[in-house]
Amino acid sequence: MASRHNPTKNTRDHTHSVRIITEKLDPWHELTVYQNEHLTKGQFGATATFVGTMRDFNEGDGVTGMTLEHYPGMTEAQLQTIIDEAHEQWTLDDVLVVHRVGPLLPGDPIVLVACWSAHRAAAFDACRHLMEALKSRAPFWKNETLTDQSNRWVEKNTDGYSPDNNSV
Amino acid sequence: MAIKVKCFASMREYLDLSEREIGIDGIKTVADVWRSVAGGKPMPENTLCAVNQSQANEEFTVNSGDEVAFFPPVTGG
Repeated sequence: MASRHNPTKNTRDHTHSVRIITEKLDPWHELTVYQNEHLTKGQFGATATFVGTMRDFNEGDGVTGMTLEHYPGMTEAQLQTIIDEAHEQWTLDDVLVVHRVGPLLPGDPIVLVACWSAHRAAAFDACRHLMEALKSRAPFWKNETLTDQSNRWVEKNTDGYSPDNNSV
Repeated sequence: MAIKVKCFASMREYLDLSEREIGIDGIKTVADVWRSVAGGKPMPENTLCAVNQSQANEEFTVNSGDEVAFFPPVTGG
């Protein structure tokens, strides 16, 4: 049966889909503003979102602060590539990735990934894929400040797909 | 023309190098760029390299005007 739903697959300009910010991230505000500006009401039936938030603990230690560094230019390009790949793999109306850099405190949102699609499967699957790809391929680095005021670089991200790991 | 070298995160501290330009003489690959800036320090096993902001390996050919970056595994999100 013909569908009226026709996101312009692979032809749409997705360059507005990536934002790297230094100010506080309000994911729900970002989501609302983006949806009002870039999505067409009635066209999408599913919105899947992931929000990553800074914890006050890591690897058994208390964490009081964090500084996120990135590679300006490459980070945006890598995220754009990851988003373009998601549009190739799933039929999506749109994608938004917002990532904060600079100094953060526990409880601060770090990252928002949102996917809009006609149906939930594509939205859920693409959202998960985007988040895992961001974690493993986008050039960001975390430097933690511990409760004793010492600093350390986070050496690697956990594997979100590993069955014995519940921390994405 | 020269090659722009950038280091990020723990790599910046390891080499005490944030950004620097080096001459192209004697430089053919990413590995040559490392030798030129590392002052004899070995490249850590998990080091990632990029040329012109795309991931590359140590054998990747570099040219005058390229931007070469060294950094540790990424930990965003």
